[in-house]
Amino acid sequence: MTSGSAFFQQIVNGLTVGAVYALIALGYTMVYGIIELINFAHGEIYMLGAYFGTIAAGALLLAGVPVYVTLPLALLAAAGLTGLYGLSAERMAYRPLRKAGRLAPLITALGLSIFFQQLVLLTQGAKDKVFPLAITSAGVTLGPVRVAYIQMLILAVAAALMVGLQLFVQKTSMGRAMRCTAQDPLMASLVGVPVNRVISLTFVLGSSLAAVAGVLVVVYYGKVNYLSGYTAGLKAFTAAVLGGIGNIPGAMLGGIFLGVVEGLAAGYIGGEYKDVVAFVILVLVLIIRPQGLLGVRVPDKV
Amino acid sequence: MKIAKGLADNLWARAAGWTAAFYLMAVPLLGAGRALWVALGVAALQAVLLALDHLTPGARQQFRRVVAGGGAFAGRFGRLPSWVRTAAPLALLAAVALSGLGLGPYTLDVATNAGIYVLLALGLNVVVGMAGLLVLGFIAFSAVGAYTYGILGTQMHLSFWLALPLGGLLAACFGLLLGLPTLRLRGDYLAIVTLGFGEITRITLNNWNSLTHGPNGILGIPPPSLFGFTFSQPRHYFYLVLALVALAAFCSRRLERSRLGRAWVAMREDETAAESMGVPTLRLKLLAFMIAAFWGGVAGVVFASKQLFISPESFNFLESVMVLCMVVLGGMGSVPGVIVGAVLLAFLPEVLRGVAEYRLIVFGLAMILLMQYRPQGLWPSTHRFEETAGEASP
Repeated sequence: MTSGSAFFQQIVNGLTVGAVYALIALGYTMVYGIIELINFAHGEIYMLGAYFGTIAAGALLLAGVPVYVTLPLALLAAAGLTGLYGLSAERMAYRPLRKAGRLAPLITALGLSIFFQQLVLLTQGAKDKVFPLAITSAGVTLGPVRVAYIQMLILAVAAALMVGLQLFVQKTSMGRAMRCTAQDPLMASLVGVPVNRVISLTFVLGSSLAAVAGVLVVVYYGKVNYLSGYTAGLKAFTAAVLGGIGNIPGAMLGGIFLGVVEGLAAGYIGGEYKDVVAFVILVLVLIIRPQGLLGVRVPDKV
Repeated sequence: MKIAKGLADNLWARAAGWTAAFYLMAVPLLGAGRALWVALGVAALQAVLLALDHLTPGARQQFRRVVAGGGAFAGRFGRLPSWVRTAAPLALLAAVALSGLGLGPYTLDVATNAGIYVLLALGLNVVVGMAGLLVLGFIAFSAVGAYTYGILGTQMHLSFWLALPLGGLLAACFGLLLGLPTLRLRGDYLAIVTLGFGEITRITLNNWNSLTHGPNGILGIPPPSLFGFTFSQPRHYFYLVLALVALAAFCSRRLERSRLGRAWVAMREDETAAESMGVPTLRLKLLAFMIAAFWGGVAGVVFASKQLFISPESFNFLESVMVLCMVVLGGMGSVPGVIVGAVLLAFLPEVLRGVAEYRLIVFGLAMILLMQYRPQGLWPSTHRFEETAGEASP
């Protein structure tokens, strides 16, 4: 393989991973946009989604459901269940702290993240959970680059969800309520926006998107374990910051950018420093352009 | 009457909804049969809460208030005559030192580990508690100290007593390096960047084989020795750590009411206001970072000299979270609180030995509950009381 084709191959792989980061990053960015909380437990939510998808797919296959129906059903089941987890986390852990300053919710999020990790460890064990369907590496060759069908699927699902989310936020009344709440929760509640319901919905949406990302990744890599959420969560957070936290198109852009840079770094620097690259990017963005690629600079309120 | 009944109906419906939701949530993890137990537990809890609300309206708020109001002890301690406040810690120190003579080697070993955690927590308390900057990768500073002694001690036979300040100073330099570009960031961004710094440190230690031996770690670190006397028994380390803890606690206590400490508090409470009053916030933040990192590094050197072996795995994210929890549990900004928190959490694994696998899940739950019911910690800082009291009656 020539080095040029290797370059394009890394870009394709990077795009695939980047699409997943973008889906997770949406959850971070939406929650931050609305209640200014870095939801540390979001990576674990993604991991839970991957587990639920795997378990659901196993159960469906056991029940004799055909393979082509299994995957969409598993995605739906994972999205629904994980959405419930997000909803409960918001209602029980975050809502009581809404007026409690910044440190308390952040520490709560750390606690939730440990709780979810350990919950999965205790109930599912420390071993990797293997996805019951072996996905072939079949695909098409476009010139010098090979794109696997599963990569196309990931890109297609991610793109569809992002477009759907953007339409939801921009065109529906609930989406308008979300944008209102993000701008000014107090004012929104005064003009009759059901702020609590909007916040709950944001958590559910973010969690479901993360769950879809989790299922797609577990199909792509074939396995998941209880620690998977930690790094993925950090990467996705980096993506959200990169794009400008609180900004939905920014999260998409940031995710894809990070995925591609990481893919190239893995190809040219070495896989073991792949994770360092993401953090270095995070630090650099925060120093040089803290508002992110698409964000707007907000002055401190006095 | 009709409204009250409607409300009750609504509440029952809500309880049923949550029970069903938790059943659904538990099914994939536990299986349909065992998930029933979770649902049963949730239903029972809901029933108790509903019954409480029926019996005494606002019982939950009352419970919250009782739990949150338990800081009276700290307030009372702060009002004791000053000689008592000076004598009490000295008496405690003497008692702990005396008990070191009677305890067995195993207990002493656990106590020494607890002491190292106290050092770490006191260090982190400077930056989180006093200056109000959330740092999530604190253990990286400890790694710097540990590897300083690990590498210099094995390769250049550097004395432990020189490594102790050197490791601390090097860690402080890292604090400066990390702080310079990042301290302009807002609180939660800073938290993430420090987390990233912690990860970068660990990954680098794991991969820099020529210097750190990667995941294999460094073996055969020399124990400390003093005038020909070599530290070998748990008791020796116990007294070493006790002395350092006493020093760190003394320094923290002195810092608290100093010009510096007061400036930190001003910055923590309102950065913009502090800055407009002429408090040089950036320099103060850097100083807090460096002092905290110094103690982290010192703790790392002691850790390396006690374990005689270090590897990157000893400095993972969970350790950072652990130290943060000690500070939060005890009470941010309160020196006695932080010591209590660190000792409690360090001894907790020994107490929970029988149910060791549940230790961390309890830990996560405890963090969540603590933030809801007692965010100020077990032994909150009296400083904070004064500040809020001043606010209420100007």
